[in-house]
Amino acid sequence: MIFSGKVFKFGDNIDTDAIIPARYLNDSSDENLIKHCMEDADESFPSKVSKGDFIAAGNNFGCGSSREHAPRAIKVSGVPVVIAKSFARIFYRNAFNIGLFILEADTDGMDNGDMLEIDTDTGEIKNKTKNTSVKAKPIPKFMSELVNAGGLIAYAKKKIKEGRK
Amino acid sequence: MGRPLTITEKIIQNHAGNETIAPGDIVNARVDIALGNDITAPIAIKEFEAIGTSHVFDRKKIALVPDHFVPNKDILSAKQAKMLREFAKKFDIENYFECGEAGVEHALLPEKGIVLPGDLVVGADSHTCTYGALGAFATGVGSTDLAYAFAFGELWLKVPESIKVIFEGKPKKWVSGKDLVLYLIGQIGVEGANYMALEFAGSTFKHLGMSDRFTISNMAIEAGAKSGIFEPDEITEDYVKNRAKRDYTFYKSDEGAEYAKVLKFDAESINPQVAFPHLPENSIDINEASAKNIKIDQSVIGSCTNGRIEDLRIAAGVLRGKKIAKYSRLIVIPATPDIYRMAEKEGLIDIFMDAGAVVSTPTCGPCLGGYMGILADGERAISSTNRNFKGRMGDVTSEVYLANPAVCAASAILGKIAGPDEVS
Repeated sequence: MIFSGKVFKFGDNIDTDAIIPARYLNDSSDENLIKHCMEDADESFPSKVSKGDFIAAGNNFGCGSSREHAPRAIKVSGVPVVIAKSFARIFYRNAFNIGLFILEADTDGMDNGDMLEIDTDTGEIKNKTKNTSVKAKPIPKFMSELVNAGGLIAYAKKKIKEGRK
Repeated sequence: MGRPLTITEKIIQNHAGNETIAPGDIVNARVDIALGNDITAPIAIKEFEAIGTSHVFDRKKIALVPDHFVPNKDILSAKQAKMLREFAKKFDIENYFECGEAGVEHALLPEKGIVLPGDLVVGADSHTCTYGALGAFATGVGSTDLAYAFAFGELWLKVPESIKVIFEGKPKKWVSGKDLVLYLIGQIGVEGANYMALEFAGSTFKHLGMSDRFTISNMAIEAGAKSGIFEPDEITEDYVKNRAKRDYTFYKSDEGAEYAKVLKFDAESINPQVAFPHLPENSIDINEASAKNIKIDQSVIGSCTNGRIEDLRIAAGVLRGKKIAKYSRLIVIPATPDIYRMAEKEGLIDIFMDAGAVVSTPTCGPCLGGYMGILADGERAISSTNRNFKGRMGDVTSEVYLANPAVCAASAILGKIAGPDEVS
């Protein structure tokens, strides 16, 4: 799939408390997650983000808690893809399970507000503002099957349909 | 005979039923225990309902522990806890713990013998890795994963590479599992073991108890690790033999098993550690930390990392007959009801209260900035918990310093970051 939009740039080790602080975890509704997404990293993010925008970050994005509220908050805020140099393991797993695209790529050349065009099939990330391009690491086969199936629950439903094996 | 395997590979292979496995393989592994709490299980329950199955895979192999915001801190958290209760009733979940029986999940499940050596455990909580201390493969997953495990009793897993971490020698007085793991994270960084299994070994662990192993495995995630495991031995056997209500298996790594890295540390040269804001990797020696003269407003002793009876005994040993500094707070949270009761019988609760502490019922509470000890703007806490991210315990301008319970107790007495030798 091809996505285009502007990028919000963050640094290294953006933890799940920054993505969605625990003080809001008494409510997992989309409205609540949208209202506080990325709040402790950038207070203005919830009011500035528009559907189709991207998040780019440095190393170890999503470290810390296993809260699935974190990738969900990003997804329901309208962000279809997160690009980072690396991701923490549970966040990475959660993102695929819920159908949020995750790309590992060099994000050094991306700045706040740059316009990107991303092809999630080829992993090509074009920076329209800077006229540069980087290639993301290929998504492992199983993971892309999972995303293409529509996430783990869609995969599970299919499994039920075929008879519990 | 296939190639020699690590303990982690053996447990996963056994649960996946594959004849051979290698790091990087994606397998479907059978799950012995699937765990959720009052924050993560509500989403799992919704996703479980979306799958459309009429039953859970095994009512005895699911654990639901409301611990983060329980006793309920507000209406919204009460609704979340209610979802767990109703799910537990509907499917007659054996290991559901109502407030009063419930404690911090990762202290509670080992204590009750629910997780055992050789198990494969998935939990929708990042500190599920705690059970590696028992010689189990245990890893944190998300709520959707948990829903899938509830339905099918299995889950996809990528076989991790392992890093072997060897500590040799007898640790100094006041040095605990917390200090060794903070030191390790300081050495390898918060991403140092991302996607990998940590495997702990060495003579040091013959000098320390199970509670130290739990603390070390618990914080494997703070180095990014998927799991943090110990080979079970006689110390493990002593801990589990009277708790287990089913069979368990001791796995060991084969001679010649392959490791991505082998790290060796001399435990005798390590002092108590303090991890400075805002990452657990910012750990420094207590002497250096104390010399910086950092005033603290609050000290917290508790959590899945350091809320066990051994931790409370150490803290009480430092606090006995002393008062905490004026205008500072000390919050002590026994991790489970049994620990609370033991602390009371041993006179520890009196020691804490005489010192000016508040003793809370078991909860994760302030560790994640939930409730029961939130920091105001600019305030500083020293805490026996596991994370010191920005805003973790309250306002984004507040600070958390991580340390062992003895250091947290000494710091409460002096109102500044200090080692236990400074108050004895």
